[in-house]
Amino acid sequence: MTPLTTGIPSHPGGSVKLTPAALTLDDGASFAGLALGGAVRAEGEAIFITAMSGYQEVLTDPSYHGQIVVFTTAHVGNYGTNREVDQAPEPQVAGVVFHELWLPEAVHWLSEADLPEWLRSGKVGALTGVDTRALTLHIREKGARNGVIAPLSDGAEAARARARAVPSMNGLDLAVRVFTKAPYKLPCGLAPTEEKPVYRAAVLDFGVKRSILEQLNSCGLDLTVWPGDTPPEKIMGESPQGVFLANGPGDPSACSYAVNTARHFLGRLPLFGICLGHQIMGLAAGGKTYKLPFGHHGLNHPVRDEDTGKVLITSQNHGFCVDPDSLPSGVRANMWNLNDGTVEGLSWDAAPAFCVQFHPEASPGPHDSRGLFARFRQMIKEHDAQA
Amino acid sequence: MPKRKDLETVMILGSGPIVIGQACEFDYSATQGCKALKEEGLRLVLLNSNPATVMTDPGLSDRTYIEPMTADVALDIIRLEKPQAILPTLGGQTALNLAMELHEKGGLSECGVEMIGADPDVIEVAESRERFRRTMASLGLDIPASALAHTVEEAIDVAEGTGYPAIIRPSYTLGGTGGGIARSRSEMELLAWKGLNASPVGQILIEQSLIGWKEMELEMIRDLGDNAVIVCGIENVDPMGVHTGDSVTVAPIQTLTDVEYQAMRDEALRVARAVGLNGGCNIQFAVDPRTGRRVVIEMNPRVSRSSALASKATGFPIARVAAKLSVGYLLSELQNGITRKSACFEPALDYCVVKAPRFNFEKFAGASPVLGLEMRAVGETMALGGNYREALQKALRGL
Repeated sequence: MTPLTTGIPSHPGGSVKLTPAALTLDDGASFAGLALGGAVRAEGEAIFITAMSGYQEVLTDPSYHGQIVVFTTAHVGNYGTNREVDQAPEPQVAGVVFHELWLPEAVHWLSEADLPEWLRSGKVGALTGVDTRALTLHIREKGARNGVIAPLSDGAEAARARARAVPSMNGLDLAVRVFTKAPYKLPCGLAPTEEKPVYRAAVLDFGVKRSILEQLNSCGLDLTVWPGDTPPEKIMGESPQGVFLANGPGDPSACSYAVNTARHFLGRLPLFGICLGHQIMGLAAGGKTYKLPFGHHGLNHPVRDEDTGKVLITSQNHGFCVDPDSLPSGVRANMWNLNDGTVEGLSWDAAPAFCVQFHPEASPGPHDSRGLFARFRQMIKEHDAQA
Repeated sequence: MPKRKDLETVMILGSGPIVIGQACEFDYSATQGCKALKEEGLRLVLLNSNPATVMTDPGLSDRTYIEPMTADVALDIIRLEKPQAILPTLGGQTALNLAMELHEKGGLSECGVEMIGADPDVIEVAESRERFRRTMASLGLDIPASALAHTVEEAIDVAEGTGYPAIIRPSYTLGGTGGGIARSRSEMELLAWKGLNASPVGQILIEQSLIGWKEMELEMIRDLGDNAVIVCGIENVDPMGVHTGDSVTVAPIQTLTDVEYQAMRDEALRVARAVGLNGGCNIQFAVDPRTGRRVVIEMNPRVSRSSALASKATGFPIARVAAKLSVGYLLSELQNGITRKSACFEPALDYCVVKAPRFNFEKFAGASPVLGLEMRAVGETMALGGNYREALQKALRGL
């Protein structure tokens, strides 16, 4: 086979080993590049993210579990990696596609390892030198679809067959693969005072990001993190004062166990959900979810909060969405995406509950909506005072 | 909040003669602003002393005055045309200074003219080094150690404290005119004298040197409903010590982690909120590459050279949006003409943008070809590329 040269930047990489490879989608479209390391293979749903920073947070976010993430930004890896920003102990993505991965040594005072090295040790299939603009336009036009990263030596036909064999995201419960297997406690470490007591909250884990736990902790909540399929009676055993439904990967409608748990708590305890947690709360209310053509993955999504009239720039990562027409009365879609008019937040009239589709914890992304964690705490405080 | 109903006639201040630091960027932004306000059915009165500009072309404004940009002339025009408001944020530092002069002489209040886009208080916080320093301190933001001086002796005293090299920044000047870096006491004597003469108020700021730190700029826009977006982050390839106008710059920012970038974004929003910004603004930061310590350098509460660059780099029409905000709109009520989506968003780039300066030292006999705090570039090129190398080489070839 002739070596692949077109479309691949002349990486000043030196010792990094690269293998001609391609991302092949289940519709037969193929995007060539150079795979990091030897014969690394990866398969999953290919989605694109427009973030210009925060690559390590993305690659360790359990919500991306099993996906092939395509970065649209020109350069990735410039500032190396640092475990402080990890959202989970190891990389979560199935594969990653770059326009240009920074191969030389990263120059940043916080960098512990270069991104190529980090990807190699995390066994993430990585492809660089790809025409990511063409790939992104393809996904925008044809929708997010399954694909494989494979060496060119595998042959185009074999790659296509493998891409078609990847299970569809629709109806797929991926949360069960990433949530904790045993409950654990995370005290906030703040001394309770008269003005600022510490409350107990249960976190229903579907693949929770570390930064969410940090945000909940830092507003004065002692946490018990439960596996996403824990029955509500068991959670009540710890007498939590509020319940948080975490982010996570996959199709919310496949998580019927969590929908039942959310339904149990609705109206009984203050509830707050983010991303998959939001979708589960929407389902628990009696609503429906549907799959977006290519999802929202980026750090620049404008969301209008109808209650304040203000626009928040938000970090987003979701492929599914709550259908506003399916919501019963008493549940109000109070936040909307200004780009495509999809639902971004729900609020309950009669129950202390709210949820958002976007990521107020950011990491990566803008911090405009971090105040929502304090709102959850306030809700717990008010509910506790009435009880 | 829709368009204000009480405005019929708005006076726009142009940028006057082309000088180093203030060239066609401001013609570009004022022209964009004129068109944006014309769409709103406002009667526009334009003052600009430079006829060789697009903004003075017939048809862009209802009345165009090609007259000296002085307070007396501006006041005569105000009395004649009776505008309800004056928009000084599209014509660079010249327009901003003229508006401040009109305000201080009481001309605006006498004729009942309101300053829109930036009120005098916002301009003063940004322009007065002392008030800026106090405001940043009250927000808990880090700034370089500095002190004001009004005489050469005072300047030397201050520099003994901050140490050499020390930066000299004259108050109320354009493109860093009269500024410099003193590496010794004798250099300070000369540069302090030069700076004091360059400042219209005879005041200079002596500042701790941040030479070698990373230099970052955020172009942001905010409305009076407190919605704000960062249109573009720009990183200077030349570190601190070379004027931004003389630096090779790249967008998006390439060497900050998301944690660092978002912390900087938060600070920029806090500054904009604290000064009550309405419209476009540019905030500059320096970041120590060894420790990550970040300090605020300055903010310009107006459309600047960098915003013209950011507009072209991202397709976000900063001057147009700023003009619309100045007459009462909110960001979420405006549309980005290119994306046909809300103007309240932050552009994400899948390419690199590089700006390279153009120097013409051979035409300025006697001018020192050493780069420093005073802008020397007479022009610039901007190039887009699929990666940094491509954009840089295109920008250099374009020179």
